Amino acid sequence: MAQATTAPVQDTHGHDTHGHHDEGWFKKYFWSTDHKMIAKQYLWTSIFMAVVGGLMAYVFRMQLAFPGIEVPGFGLVSPGEYNALITNHGSIMIFWVAMPMLIAAWGNFLIPLMIGADDMVFPRINRLSFQIFLISAILILASLFVQGGGFGGAWTSYPPLSANPEYNLTGLGASIWLIAVALEFVAFLLGGINFIVTLMNSRAPGMKAYDIPVTVWMIVIASILFMLSVGPLIAGAIMLLFDQTLNTGFYDPARGGDPILWQHLFWFFGHPEVYVVLLPAIGFVIDIIATFARKKLFGYKIMVYTAVATAVLSFFVWAHHQFIAGIDPRMANVFTVTTLLISVPIAELLFVIIATLYGGSIKFTTPMLWALSFVATFLIGGVTGIFLGASGSDIYLHDTYFVLAHFHYTFFPIAIIGGFAAFTYWFPKMFGTMLDETLGKIHFWGTVIPFQFIFIPLFALGLGGQHRRIYNFQNFPELASMQPLRVTATLALIVMILFQLVFFWNLFRSLRSKEKAPMNPWKANTLEWTTPSPPPHGNWPPDQMPKVYRGPYEYSVPDRDTDYWPQNEPS
Amino acid sequence: MQKPIATTRSASGIPTGRLAIWWLLASEIVIFGGLLACYLLFRLGHPEWADAAAVTNTAIGATNTFVLLTSSFTAVLAHQAAERGDGKKAARFLVFTIIGACLFLGIKSYEWWYEISHGYTITSNGFWSFYYTAAGLHAAHVIAGAIAMGFVAKDAAQGKELQRVELVGIYWHFVDVVWIFLFPLLYIAK
Amino acid sequence: MFERLAIQASSFAGDIDGLILLIAVLVGFWFIVAEGMFFWLIWRFRERPDQKSQYITGKEKHLKRWVTIPHALVLVCDVFIIIGAVRVWYDVKQHLPEPDTVIRVEGQQWAWVFQHPGPDNELDTGDDIWTTDDLYVEVDRTYHFRLSSRDVLHNFSVPAFRLKQDAVPGRTITGWFHATSTGTYDIQCAEICGIGHGVMAGRINIQDAETHASWMSENATTTAAQ
Ligand code: HEA
Ligand code: HEA
Ligand code: CUA
Ligand SMILES: [Cu+2]
Repeated sequence: MAQATTAPVQDTHGHDTHGHHDEGWFKKYFWSTDHKMIAKQYLWTSIFMAVVGGLMAYVFRMQLAFPGIEVPGFGLVSPGEYNALITNHGSIMIFWVAMPMLIAAWGNFLIPLMIGADDMVFPRINRLSFQIFLISAILILASLFVQGGGFGGAWTSYPPLSANPEYNLTGLGASIWLIAVALEFVAFLLGGINFIVTLMNSRAPGMKAYDIPVTVWMIVIASILFMLSVGPLIAGAIMLLFDQTLNTGFYDPARGGDPILWQHLFWFFGHPEVYVVLLPAIGFVIDIIATFARKKLFGYKIMVYTAVATAVLSFFVWAHHQFIAGIDPRMANVFTVTTLLISVPIAELLFVIIATLYGGSIKFTTPMLWALSFVATFLIGGVTGIFLGASGSDIYLHDTYFVLAHFHYTFFPIAIIGGFAAFTYWFPKMFGTMLDETLGKIHFWGTVIPFQFIFIPLFALGLGGQHRRIYNFQNFPELASMQPLRVTATLALIVMILFQLVFFWNLFRSLRSKEKAPMNPWKANTLEWTTPSPPPHGNWPPDQMPKVYRGPYEYSVPDRDTDYWPQNEPS
Repeated sequence: MQKPIATTRSASGIPTGRLAIWWLLASEIVIFGGLLACYLLFRLGHPEWADAAAVTNTAIGATNTFVLLTSSFTAVLAHQAAERGDGKKAARFLVFTIIGACLFLGIKSYEWWYEISHGYTITSNGFWSFYYTAAGLHAAHVIAGAIAMGFVAKDAAQGKELQRVELVGIYWHFVDVVWIFLFPLLYIAK
Repeated sequence: MFERLAIQASSFAGDIDGLILLIAVLVGFWFIVAEGMFFWLIWRFRERPDQKSQYITGKEKHLKRWVTIPHALVLVCDVFIIIGAVRVWYDVKQHLPEPDTVIRVEGQQWAWVFQHPGPDNELDTGDDIWTTDDLYVEVDRTYHFRLSSRDVLHNFSVPAFRLKQDAVPGRTITGWFHATSTGTYDIQCAEICGIGHGVMAGRINIQDAETHASWMSENATTTAAQ
């Protein structure tokens, strides 16, 4: 594999360039192999995509609340455009926001820093992974503007609708969408191999398995889970692409194919995928809660084991998305059992987080507020999953807004709340300045309160029988009367979007600020806080690479002067 | 660029490159595994595909199996040479392996040309769709492997990065093993 | 606003609502306990000058109980939910009661086509009645529907019945319902099927025996006359 070649000339060059870079702008910001720069590239791309996805939500929510109006900033929303907007909103939020933000950006930034290494083991593969990702992001955005418009067959892309341009009327958009998603998978496979091997081989001397910060564990478990679940879907995507472009019949029943095959391949990946994004977010939340509660984790090993158990179980639940898709009804019983079982490890994860608060001394900093609100909101998303996992009630709830609210109550805490938690916590390390706490708290409340007002009404609408992916509910007499709930959700969304301006203002101010952040502003134990903010090239001077003497959560150890005990401090 | 310290560590005791190759293969196994599982499920549900499978040329398939196995053997010899530190010899064996890959692709092209010109195309029926998709995906891996071996052989000839000879070798064995699965499934089962 | 939620127009609607309620109670209990505990701990252990953080590893037996006992209890709740879910599922989807009448439902981009057996109660005879988007059934009768699709996936969904089933091209899926009250209710297509998915609305007209019989004789004659 491509290891960095060591030509002697380059060797001397690399040594004494800490701090000052004589490479050009392009080399520094675009062609860099430094894991911290690649992390920033992923981070900015995903924030940009989050804004795109959020604005798409604004457009189609306006259409739902006020059907037929010209949405300010967009114009009339036609049924085809509506479908393209929701499809790409869902795809972007999952594949170009949640995954790059939680796994790629923070994984790249934190894994080397937290395990005391100077970079990933394969820096150039890392760069390649981002470049493929960037191309995929450009493709998905471009697919909205090609002839026929963007793909509108939902992010699940069920054939025959997705397989045949005659049915979806967006032949080009559908193929570009599919290629973009496939490229994104490739980028994350490359990145994942890098993450896994880096953790396995490049830990600082002394760092044993149970000295690894939970964040790193979670990101790596997620990468393995992704790698093992996505393969069949990649094969399936090739088959779907051939159906679209070469006119094969893999999913066409008239020619011996089977449309339900795709559903199995998709959900065999799709369900593990939700834990692929959940685990890293849980990791951030645990690290943040331990730091600001000044507490050792309640049961580090339980945490790691339950994460692994969740990952393993997640391979056996996929068909709960297909209870009424025409699979053998006896199968549904099996999948109901496995689905409900998965509530046990996840409940345990949450109980351990809650128990960690016991006996702490909780500081309500902005990152801590985000982390705590993750637990409070994710619980709602988690327990509503049980209504869907029970086959009997899913008959009614399937493909209603109840499902929609369920997964926004999981995805939003994970991708957005978890994203902000990580962002506000590690910002000083990444950029070397502090974010403003007051602005941070205004933004926090301005985000989580409107959030409830968006999606609680959508739960109600779902229970009222409102189904998904409908551009105008006035066509359904029984649903028309629930319009006030739709308006509430849309207005709350607008409030939430406006509060994001506070975030960007805060971000902008801090990036411009001259005040340097200290090395360890939160008095945390993990290794990334033992190097200046931001860390220099190579993270630590080569002769001062950290050694590890203890686990990452030794807070408030009795008989010590300070209430923290960095991992690298010799006892 | 300076070689990162991270690359020089080996906390697991397994060389970094080999570890990476194994994970790469893990991700490839699920891709091919998914494809072949789909094929098997369809094949069980469509006994009539056996008629289409009867058209495939088992002799050509067997020849290609032999070619690939031989090329795997030269890959092993390349590895042995690299172990002894003989980069030149390793490079030479890798070139043999690449020739094997090209031979394989040449035979495959002839076979496909023959079949396509006789009207058996990827759209003919489910069997042919799988036939071209699975063998095509495999052929793409053959091409990728041959290119990778070219780069490794170039370095090895100058005595550099000899550990990579083993890594492409592992990859090449995997490509071989995939074919060992494809051959009976696509050619022999009639 | 939720007048619809009160409507249970099929024999199994009540069972499904009951199951939803059962889950709401079991899961709601845990939800309240977990959130309650969570906020209480946040409040109780907020940073205060007179309170130091404690060093607790969670390895002690008496502490582990705080996680293992809830763990076991969650498992017990899961068992109850599974039993409830499987029972309802068996009734609605797995077990087909003897039909009084069989109808055909076909989805296509973007309309529902219904084939009623007509007065002779036999499908594929001369007096069959074909309609688009309007389905006519009689109250208090057990119907089998044979569901298929002409092009892409659709989903035959009648919220008032709590009934939902995908229509898959290339397959015919048989399901059943037994309407318990008269009226006209929405039929939705609950699976995205292209641009017209949002307008693929149908209606189910549940009539008493008399009205249904006269509807049938009217339409059977008109179709026969054509
Ligand atoms: C990251 C996102 C995420 C997460 C974490 C989850 C978590 C879960 N999901 Fe969700 N889900 C989605 C994202 C997610 N889901 C998406 C995107 C869809 C829709 C896709 C589409 O169709 O477009 C979906 C759809 C979906 C369906 C299909 C619905 C349908 O289409 O008909 C089902 C059905 O079983 C389901 C179940 C579950 C379950 C059981 C969990 C469990 O993991 C939850 C476990 C957690 C808890 C249970 C809470 C903590 C436990 C307690 C407080 C103890 C008390 C509990 C009990 C007594 C049981 N989900
Ligand atoms: C991660 C996943 C995610 C997220 C976050 C969201 C966010 C939102 N979603 Fe989305 N949604 C999906 C995933 C997600 N969605 C999926 C998978 C579907 C299904 C698609 C389909 O059916 O095919 C869907 C569908 C969907 C629908 C259904 C459409 C339909 O069926 O007809 C609706 C309707 O209201 C909706 C609304 C919203 C709203 C109002 C938000 C708001 O919360 C948006 C607010 C967000 C912002 C304002 C951006 C904020 C972020 C930043 C400013 C930068 C972040 C920076 C850091 C974190 C550092 N979504
Ligand atoms: Cu038919 Cu949606
Ligand atoms: Cu799922």
